[in-house]
Amino acid sequence: MSVPAVFDYHPVQSVDEAIALLQLYGDEAKILAGGHSLLPAMKLRLTQPEHLIDIGPIPNLAYIRKEKDAIVLGTLTRYKQIEQSEILHKYYPILPEGTALIGDQQVRNRGTIGGSVAHSDPAGDMPGIVLALKAQLVVQGANGTRTIAADDFFVDTFLTALEQDEIVTAIRLPLPAPHTGSAYAKISNKASHYAIAGCAAVLTINKKGLCTSASIAITGASTRIIRASEVEAALISKKLDDATITSASSHAVANADLISDIHGSAEYRQQMAAVITRRVIMHALERA
Amino acid sequence: MGIAAMLGAPIKRREDPRLITGQATYVDDMKLLGMLHMTVLRSTYGHAQISSINTDAASQLPGVVAVITAQDLKNKVGNIPVAAPLPPHITRGMGRRLPLADGKVRFYGDPVAIVVAENRYVARDALDLIEIDYEPLPVVSDVEKAMQPDAPLLYPEFGTNVAVSMHPSSEAIDNIFAETIANGGVIIKERIVNQRLAPSAMETRGVIAEFRKSDSTLNLWSSSQIPHLLRNYLAEQLGLLQHQVRVIVPEVGGGFGSKLNIYPEEALAAFAAMQTGRPVKWIEDRDENLAATIHGRDQVNYVEAAATKEGRVTALKFHVISDLGSYLQFFTDVIAIAFTLPMLSGSYAVPHVYSRCDIVFTNKAPTDAYRGAGRPEATYMVERALDLIARAVKRDPAEVRLLNFVQPEQFPHTMATGALYDSGNYAAALEKALDLIEYDKLRAEQHQKRARGKLVGIGISSYVEICGIGPKGVAPFGLYESARVRIEQTGTVIVYTGTSPHGQGEETTFAQLISNEFGIPIEDVLILHGDTNSTPEGRGTYGSRTTAVGGTAVYQGSLRLKEKMKTIAAAMLEANPSDVSLEDGKFSVAGTPQKSVSFAQVAAAANTSNTLPMDIEPGLETTVFFEPEACTFPFGTHICAVEVDPDTGEVEITRYIAVDDCGKQINPLLVAGQIHGGIVQGIGQALYEEVVYNEEGQLLTTTFMDYAMPIAPYLPALELEHTVTPTLVNPLGVKGVGEAGTIGSTPAVVAAVADALGVAHIDMPLKAEKLWRIIHHQ
Repeated sequence: MSVPAVFDYHPVQSVDEAIALLQLYGDEAKILAGGHSLLPAMKLRLTQPEHLIDIGPIPNLAYIRKEKDAIVLGTLTRYKQIEQSEILHKYYPILPEGTALIGDQQVRNRGTIGGSVAHSDPAGDMPGIVLALKAQLVVQGANGTRTIAADDFFVDTFLTALEQDEIVTAIRLPLPAPHTGSAYAKISNKASHYAIAGCAAVLTINKKGLCTSASIAITGASTRIIRASEVEAALISKKLDDATITSASSHAVANADLISDIHGSAEYRQQMAAVITRRVIMHALERA
Repeated sequence: MGIAAMLGAPIKRREDPRLITGQATYVDDMKLLGMLHMTVLRSTYGHAQISSINTDAASQLPGVVAVITAQDLKNKVGNIPVAAPLPPHITRGMGRRLPLADGKVRFYGDPVAIVVAENRYVARDALDLIEIDYEPLPVVSDVEKAMQPDAPLLYPEFGTNVAVSMHPSSEAIDNIFAETIANGGVIIKERIVNQRLAPSAMETRGVIAEFRKSDSTLNLWSSSQIPHLLRNYLAEQLGLLQHQVRVIVPEVGGGFGSKLNIYPEEALAAFAAMQTGRPVKWIEDRDENLAATIHGRDQVNYVEAAATKEGRVTALKFHVISDLGSYLQFFTDVIAIAFTLPMLSGSYAVPHVYSRCDIVFTNKAPTDAYRGAGRPEATYMVERALDLIARAVKRDPAEVRLLNFVQPEQFPHTMATGALYDSGNYAAALEKALDLIEYDKLRAEQHQKRARGKLVGIGISSYVEICGIGPKGVAPFGLYESARVRIEQTGTVIVYTGTSPHGQGEETTFAQLISNEFGIPIEDVLILHGDTNSTPEGRGTYGSRTTAVGGTAVYQGSLRLKEKMKTIAAAMLEANPSDVSLEDGKFSVAGTPQKSVSFAQVAAAANTSNTLPMDIEPGLETTVFFEPEACTFPFGTHICAVEVDPDTGEVEITRYIAVDDCGKQINPLLVAGQIHGGIVQGIGQALYEEVVYNEEGQLLTTTFMDYAMPIAPYLPALELEHTVTPTLVNPLGVKGVGEAGTIGSTPAVVAAVADALGVAHIDMPLKAEKLWRIIHHQ
């Protein structure tokens, strides 16, 4: 039966309080944000933290705002806020677009961007999107605040560069250069609706129609969140015609450690990663 | 709306406000004083010997009240009930089991021990403290491998896994096949798999058992489709008299056949309540539901058909292999034999139909009735066969169906399978569906789109099925239904039905019957069900029989009381009873409508009695049992159009037309609701759903993360229409509609996808990767 094992529940009012508890309990503690990955895992007893530190009550961690050089999202910003954000629809439609594909409305009412990022599930949509956006993750710990680039943040399946006493407090997205387009789509596992293969793409085009910047991440297909460097390399400085895009996309999961299960073989995932990458690049290009 | 128009009125379900607003009471909403919580330890092996069980640590966990294993049940609790055990082996005990595994586990999820504790958290923690030594045994999870002589055996004492094998001589049918070929005809052959499904009712199972020592009475609340059968069999299992057991079925969140069973947990909760003297609650979790509640379908079928070169079917030959899983639940053994074999001729007047059948045990959860129960499998086989013939003779599948239908004037019609069909007009339904979808235009568009490289397909399914099951001798207990109709002093009517609606909406349709017959507002009618202490003996709700059988009992009850009320009204009006009629809630004498007494006045007279003539018995109450003499056979045609994404293999259903004929409709809105839900479940089977075990008998689809249910964004707008061909086997002319959508839809979707890809057949579920491999010849 699915009920969690015994744990102590610690609602906290501040980030400092959360960090103090993390220091006290070490790896016996888990941070609870929206709870939509953690709680199911606890109910199935796949994880049994003895201490649950609920950062939900901390004020002022759920926001989306435009600063001088970045768009900043507070760690407790819920998917629903992202989906409805005018700022994001204007600058980075990839975020509301990707968020709308997560779970159902009830899940999106509760789930948070910070929770998803810190969970580092390669099948999740948000880590790949954040990676493609070249986000800077603002992290607070006992030794103060530091910033980690998304490229350095996602280490492996369920593993990030966070120290044991650190939590993500904000996600900073650099403002897009002119003529930047972004898109996200996935081919879904029809049971869980996680990606069999998904692609997040952010492209910038210059006045000559050449691609000056390409940032591509793949979700779902492999055992860790990956940047599709070979696709990016094949796009940079090119005019993005169909042949270029198709050829570039075929390298979507080059060298990746692909997942193979009842929902899709490694071979299928590899092919679908190419298909979805091509489609997403086309879409991002339309928006650039 | 006039009351007289209640029959056939599309009124909204009276049940819905309480369901939608969360006011309804399900088993899990109930709490009794001092209630304990039960959890079940289940096998993680597909097949293993239990060499030892140590419950000491679990028993000592604070809060644990009892830990129970099979040893504790010996001579105290009987085997899980089976409705119709078949010879030769099942009657001798093959596939029977105690509520807890005794010495051996035979499937992943097999219950081994229970914990009863002060709360569900402790009850769950204690499961981890039970130590079991398993010695793994060889597993057989493939039904065809299980039939092989060298297969690992689930019940070695029987020397086989095959419980029943029916192999009549095929000489005659083989001659017809040979003759057809000699005459220039065609034959087709295909192995088709009807995969295992999980019924997945929104509410999982749940039980509360309370044993009152003061009067030795067991009260059992269960999420069940069959309160009386559960009461009767459970009493026997526990060694109690029937009147010592009261079963109450509160709100039930769907069953689809899965709750048409007496499960281990019902006897276990009852036993635990009797042992501890405290009420015991068990609520099934979703992972238990997917592992240990019955599964549906799971047949491997060999289909052969012979036809003239014009496409007229001369003979059908089948081998039906039914995977029973590891044990017998209530109807496990009879699904294929009683419900698949008789329907193997479908809607078609085929002169020769042959079937052989094997029902076989494997190391998987028991299978049993799941929405359609054996008829979807039959329909799927025969519809696939018709499509393959159409392909072989290069004719349109619609034409080949029209060529082979049983004709309207041939009813009642005895099929080559022996089934006696009551009424039908199959061509009318098909032609209506063809018109609605503008079939010729759609085929022309398909042709154009294909030329542009699009993978578009159209599939047709013309189904017929059995409903209103009831003739004597079908089951060991008569499949009648009952209604107690009572008219109160104020003129309100209470109906106690022996059926057990759990989402079908009979609180609305039965009230419409009463309202219509008496000419009183529907608000004056209350339909009660699901309590064995107040409702007359009934058989429950399943097999699309509740309205056809139970509704007829309600209707006949209303007729009886109407006659009595006429007698009373005649006395009040000083007239002859035969001159009295009831219209719009008023009794009056023919020719003098101004002189009348109201329904309520007559009800008051009957119940207060003082003014009644001495020869009229006071009160207005009657109990009716209705046992139909024959079954009903609803039918229809579904047409599905799909487009398959050539890059990904994903299927989009672009059009879906259903023309169904369930006889007369009491409430078209509820008919449409049943068809909608049924089609969605049928699409689920065609495209998404599949219970998967690996070769070691491990269940891989243990949560909805892995078992794919159909969801709204993947579904088309359903375009529904109907024809009305009443049945003569009940006075309402109704046939049944609960399963029709499921039965009709699956073959249409598969046919459409096969058509899109230009192949003869693809086994379900039509997952994207499977189609992608076909498209790309991978």
